[in-house]
Amino acid sequence: MKEKLVVIGNGMAGIRTVEELLKLAPDMYEIVVFGEEPYGNYNRIMLSPVLAGDKTIDEIMLNDEQWYADHGITLHKGKRVVEIDRVRRQVVAEDGTTESYDRLLVATGSRPFILPVPGNDLEGVIGFRDIADVDTMLEAARNRRHAVVIGGGLLGLEAANGLMQQGMSVTVVHLLDTLMERQLDRPAAEMLRKTLEERGLHFLMPAETEAIIGQERVEKVRFRDGTEIYADLVVMAVGIRPNVELAKAAGIHCERGIVVNDTLQTYDPRVYAIGECVQHRGKTYGLVAPLFEMARVCANHLARLGIGRYEGSVTSTKLKVTGIDLFSAGDFLGGPDSEELVFQDAARGVYRKLVVENNRITGVVMFGDTIDGSWYFDLMRDGTDISEMREHILFGQAHLGDSGHGEQNRVAAMPDDAEICGCNGVCKGDIVKAITEKKLFTLEDVRAHTKASSSCGSCTGLVEALLAHVVGGDYSTAPHLKPMCGCTEHTHDEVREQIRKQALKDIPSVMTALDWKTPDGCPKCRTALNYYLLCEWPGEYQDDSQSRFINERAHANIQKDGTYSVIPRMWGGGTTPQELKKIAEVAEKYNVKTVHVTGGQRIGLYGLKKEELPRIWRDLEEAGFVSGHAYGKALRTVKTCVGKEWCRFGTQDSTHLGIEMEKLTWGSWTPHKFKMAASGCPRNCAEATIKDLGVVCVDSGYEIHVGGNGGVKVRATDFLVHVKTEEEVLEYVAAFMQLYRENAHYLERTAPWIERVGLAFVKEQIVEDEQNRKLLAERFRRAQKFAQQDPWKERAEGSDRHEFQPLKEIG
Amino acid sequence: MSKDWIEVGTINEIPRKGARVVRTPEGDIAVFRTADDRIFALRDKCPHKGGPLSQGIVHDTRVACPLHDWKIRLDTGEAVAPDEGCAATFPVKLEGETIYLSVKPDEGCPNS
Ligand code: SRM
Ligand SMILES: Cc1cc2nc3c(=O)[nH]c(=O)nc-3n(C[C@H](O)[C@H](O)[C@H](O)COP(=O)(O)OP(=O)(O)OC[C@H]3O[C@@H](n4cnc5c(N)ncnc54)[C@H](O)[C@@H]3O)c2cc1C
Ligand code: SF4
Ligand code: FES
Repeated sequence: MKEKLVVIGNGMAGIRTVEELLKLAPDMYEIVVFGEEPYGNYNRIMLSPVLAGDKTIDEIMLNDEQWYADHGITLHKGKRVVEIDRVRRQVVAEDGTTESYDRLLVATGSRPFILPVPGNDLEGVIGFRDIADVDTMLEAARNRRHAVVIGGGLLGLEAANGLMQQGMSVTVVHLLDTLMERQLDRPAAEMLRKTLEERGLHFLMPAETEAIIGQERVEKVRFRDGTEIYADLVVMAVGIRPNVELAKAAGIHCERGIVVNDTLQTYDPRVYAIGECVQHRGKTYGLVAPLFEMARVCANHLARLGIGRYEGSVTSTKLKVTGIDLFSAGDFLGGPDSEELVFQDAARGVYRKLVVENNRITGVVMFGDTIDGSWYFDLMRDGTDISEMREHILFGQAHLGDSGHGEQNRVAAMPDDAEICGCNGVCKGDIVKAITEKKLFTLEDVRAHTKASSSCGSCTGLVEALLAHVVGGDYSTAPHLKPMCGCTEHTHDEVREQIRKQALKDIPSVMTALDWKTPDGCPKCRTALNYYLLCEWPGEYQDDSQSRFINERAHANIQKDGTYSVIPRMWGGGTTPQELKKIAEVAEKYNVKTVHVTGGQRIGLYGLKKEELPRIWRDLEEAGFVSGHAYGKALRTVKTCVGKEWCRFGTQDSTHLGIEMEKLTWGSWTPHKFKMAASGCPRNCAEATIKDLGVVCVDSGYEIHVGGNGGVKVRATDFLVHVKTEEEVLEYVAAFMQLYRENAHYLERTAPWIERVGLAFVKEQIVEDEQNRKLLAERFRRAQKFAQQDPWKERAEGSDRHEFQPLKEIG
Repeated sequence: MSKDWIEVGTINEIPRKGARVVRTPEGDIAVFRTADDRIFALRDKCPHKGGPLSQGIVHDTRVACPLHDWKIRLDTGEAVAPDEGCAATFPVKLEGETIYLSVKPDEGCPNS
């Protein structure tokens, strides 16, 4: 028999959990839901637009009663649960309805805090929480004139705005002298107040309510200083209190909220709690984004998958008052160790402040123009090191996102024919049209429909800004971490962690253990998983060639006409007459269309037929050539200059060093391609400072630089460390590559990786911690034992023959 | 209408989630094998810019073109939305382990 899950609370958190659970394990539980309110489940945060007349109740229903029926869920609507009997494992509602449970989910939300002043129970004094409250307010707006909203926070201002839209004269009363003090600093709060005043709201602040006066219905509000104002309606929006009484009475440990652990279980492990009624790691939440994150984890645990943990949320806020753009996140006030970056344009009514600590954003406040809010929020949540962008960051992402072509106009101001995506020739107008006509919401959608940002990705920031501009940031969807691809809910990091923890050793096991949604994945996740497994289990994992992109599967680059190119390795960019003769011979023998000296100091042969590849490789092997891996997410080349052997400025033997570096690292698979260089002196002829790892020789030894990129978005390296000997350089090379191999996401080059994790992390791991460096280097060397088999030789000798030969020739 | 079945090889000669090419005077035909051992045949030419579909990554009953990553359905030859276009399909059948192919494309796709 199925186990039974009873849910108390038919609100946003409870039902989201049920939805997530149905996705994971549709048949595991018999589900029963109690809801005090007499409806299905609706989007509570949309009550503000309903009040303002921008939406109707029908439009904000999330799950109507049919939905419950369709999923076989029993809904006891309009029934308040009054008792949880943990001994008998049953819950009892006010009208006597009783249900027993195997697992219980408490999702009772919270209720408005009503000030303990005389008269607070008069007719016309309400909170702002549910449909009934909105009905009361609309009713008052039809028949009465004066509304007083107590509380100048998010909820209060939304209520006040709505009532004003409905034609009432509204006064907002606030205890402090700045509005929304929990989200805004003083300058932003003052701009907000000014804007709202211009629209017709009245403010009374600072002011402390002393009493509410009236016979049966409210007539006036009196303040501590003796002033009184007329009121036909009083809305209290001074805070919320978690609904814990029911749980508390059942002996479940509660503090401010019901105390839960990282899997959303209370002290009684059969009883879960979620939403605004809980207290997790000392914090309670009053926004939906964290509740949705909790719901995912809770559902996961209920489905006995047990892989998710809720570790708390970082939240951001927007005000839902049409025409007012406001964004706030994190610790926007800052402390003694933080600094502030501020931009203010009073004429345009724009204000932005970033609070920065240790080169990381810890808080954001924006008013008047919030296009970049989600970008700052991402930087903050990912803990991105912003030292490189400091100078321009306040001007927004559009000022950074391009490939160093200089400053871009802000997307909003761009003309429709401005080209956004250079690779696919997509203009702003095309994207805006697709977003509006096809109702696109995500970057993925825009990529699929317009191809913008689907190639090199350098315009991603602009496309995101356009999306935000056209759609408006949908703040209500949880800004949760990005899943790897559409086949899974898990992020790259989660997947890697589980591969390690559960010792998953092939792709099907990963897909089963982590509930892949597709039978055998897609090109995105399969290639990533193949790499992660290879990196985690060197020598043990059986490479899945069908999960590799054609270039890596065939060990040559496919060209636009379906032919292939072959680029043999030339160690450190050096070659010999014998090698050159062999290349010439091969080029003639196989009718090579183009011989090209590549940007990586070696020679490429173009226009080869796939069938011929194994034979070509056999010929090349005679002169000692091995694969150059020019096709792989792998070690590419090590560029060198001639160094001290010849050059009058050379300080060290950079050529020899480069060759040693290449001998150490060739054959290694990496998250994205990996390029190195060694220059003989700071003139840096080998361009070491735009490589993933570059060595610049100096008189006193070797400078090691990391995280450079010369491609789509140029980035100069960060200086990592200075060392004295070649051996040390090699140890650092091995350790750095291994750290990157183990830590970066698939298809993330070292430049964006270092920007994400921060140089400090890299230094901590391999400069400051000598033992860890040695361990990383050791793991790298071990993996190399298995990786350094020349794939060309193997194929020249006959392996993977099917790859290179037609199944059959007819006629 | 009777088909001229030609024996082209056995299923074991094609890797799971992979493809092999059958050369014909009218052009290459890609023969695919899915993870669950179903066989499909398409003109080895992507409706986008002619990329060789046989070289793509096979997932479920789709192949991702190696050149610009369009996804093509193996059963109908159609590009997956929002992309548009098709590669001609060819009749194939499996008898025991032997694959039979007809080199006359099914009707419906102009790019045969
Ligand atoms: C062959 C070569 C051009 C040449 O003839 O000189 C080349 C050719 C290609 N590059 Fe490159 N790149 C070549 C040097 C470079 C360099 C210069 C260098 O390495 O010093 C760069 C800039 C440096 C860098 O990587 O930071 C470079 C930056 C790129 C990028 C952008 C990478 C980025 O992170 O921004 C791509 C796209 C990608 O990898 O996703 C790319 C991709 C490609 C691809 C693989 C495109 C593709 O997917 O088909 C080209 C393959 C052609 C082929 O079949 O060989 N190629 N490419 C060069 C091979 C060097 C070698 O000997 O291995
Ligand atoms: C007007 C308004 C605007 C908001 N705007 C935003 C916003 O812009 N952004 C944002 O992120 N958040 C916003 N919020 C907050 C957001 O709505 C809440 O965080 C969210 O609804 C909390 O979900 P929950 O499931 O914990 O509680 P609820 O959604 O309140 O659900 C709890 C349910 O449990 C029921 N219940 C309680 N006790 C019992 C019982 N004993 N028996 C049976 N049923 C019971 C209640 O009737 C209620 O239906 C807003 C809230 C309001 C009121
Ligand atoms: S070789 Fe590199 S730069 Fe040249 S066209 Fe190809 S990807 Fe672009
Ligand atoms: S040729 Fe197939 S996607 Fe472009």
